[in-house]
Amino acid sequence: MSTATGAEDLLRELAPQVLGALVRRYGGFDTCEDAVQEALLAAAVQWPTEGVPGNPKGWLVTVASRRRTELWRNDSARRRREETAAALAPPDPEPAPAVDDTLTLLLLCCHPSLTPVSQVALMLRAVGGLSTAEIARAFLVPEATVAQRISRAKQRVKTSGAEFRLPPQAERSERMVAVLHVLYLIFNEGYTASSGPSLHRVELTSEAIRLTRQLRDLLPEDGEVAGLLALMLLTDARRPARTRPDGGLVPLAEQDRRQWDAQAIAEGIGLITQTLASAPVGPYQLQAAIAAVHDEAPRSEDTDWRQILGLYELLHSIAPGPMVTLNRIVAVAMVHGPQAGLEQLAAAEADPALAGHHRVDAVRAHLLDIAGDQEAARAHYRLAARRTLSVPEQRYLESRAAQLTPPSRA
Amino acid sequence: MKYLILIYTNPTSRKVWEGLSDAQRAAFGRGHAALNEALAASGELVVSEGLADPSLAKRVSVRQGRTMTSDGPFAEAKEHLAGFYLIECESIDRAVEHAARVPDAAYGEVEVRPVLDLSGLEL
Repeated sequence: MSTATGAEDLLRELAPQVLGALVRRYGGFDTCEDAVQEALLAAAVQWPTEGVPGNPKGWLVTVASRRRTELWRNDSARRRREETAAALAPPDPEPAPAVDDTLTLLLLCCHPSLTPVSQVALMLRAVGGLSTAEIARAFLVPEATVAQRISRAKQRVKTSGAEFRLPPQAERSERMVAVLHVLYLIFNEGYTASSGPSLHRVELTSEAIRLTRQLRDLLPEDGEVAGLLALMLLTDARRPARTRPDGGLVPLAEQDRRQWDAQAIAEGIGLITQTLASAPVGPYQLQAAIAAVHDEAPRSEDTDWRQILGLYELLHSIAPGPMVTLNRIVAVAMVHGPQAGLEQLAAAEADPALAGHHRVDAVRAHLLDIAGDQEAARAHYRLAARRTLSVPEQRYLESRAAQLTPPSRA
Repeated sequence: MKYLILIYTNPTSRKVWEGLSDAQRAAFGRGHAALNEALAASGELVVSEGLADPSLAKRVSVRQGRTMTSDGPFAEAKEHLAGFYLIECESIDRAVEHAARVPDAAYGEVEVRPVLDLSGLEL
């Protein structure tokens, strides 16, 4: 590992700790965040050439504190406010424990006044330690767009009056739901069908896993955090087999399972097994359990669909949703045959949440395909292909339709 | 999610434009500037541009390795693209809200289309 990469990883790890230390010392989350960003950028430039300092965290806190004071002084509006001795004093040589700060930051970034997109950007910046440029490249939007999102998010946090401390217990569980959702969004965003890793793009799935691991270290007893981590590990384990060199997607049933990451699967299965035995059950744990059943099967035909169906019934009872409904129907078809699945699909379609959703046609096509009604299957594959927004999925659905086209009509 | 707001002009909308006073045209321009600023401030703007007159456009096609170009305006195009906003926002409803603020929506037609993306959830 080159000095540059090692320094980068170290900076990301220290970022939330430094931010936490500064906010505790000075208050003013938004200005502290700006100051920390600048300190991180300075380190990213200096450390690879001058070497990592003996006390990297202390270095960052010192540089960020100086910058924070400058920013504070430059802001004439703040000058009018009551000056506190603390704002101008040198930083505390014994910073507050890092553990509390990272959790506080995670929860702060998911403040209810922020939109999910803002929460994602703010979390990647403040907790992930990614630069604006890195976030912009990862999401394929201009840097200015991300800069505005973060700036606006910080403003919102400020005007909402949110303080830099853990929210009261009553609010905490609701906020944790938002945190897990944001981590899941980051993970999903990383699930692009890119044909190869780009040296200059941060791998969002790895970033999501890293942040979730951090959260698990902070809250080892939380079943849903463990469930989310297990779900990410078990899903990401399949990544090597998911895409063809041309960028085409390989469905689960057709993946070469020898390419799956056995170590990640083992870790994921161990984690979810242990969690289900000890914590109250929740939706991420159930999704992880389903992923585990898939990942345990040596071949697609060995999949224990009965178990998966049972898990989806449980998931439907505690966290119903249109995608749960559809996935459950697929499981019904695998256990009771395609006709049973098609009947339930017809009934489920009445739900307005599913109306017009392309996945309904995709599932219908798949079931008709299994049932042997090729013409109807083809029609629905085509319909689904037109309505999906995912290019890889579109290609897959079109290719399924093409495969069902009899040669004389091609 | 990304959406493209497409701004079209057609003979009817062009006629309306011709009938506008200078003050109205200036307000039209300010409307675009304001929308741009608002979208940039909210972090939803990716890019926005106005397009030059179709007479300045070129159509390009390649057949059997030969590149052929033709100069605008193109007789068969009564309606043409005048500009666009590429935005990223929560939902199509939000995109429609923004589209309604495009000054051209009052005089012509504005279209909102979801943008395809390269991500694929597992199948």
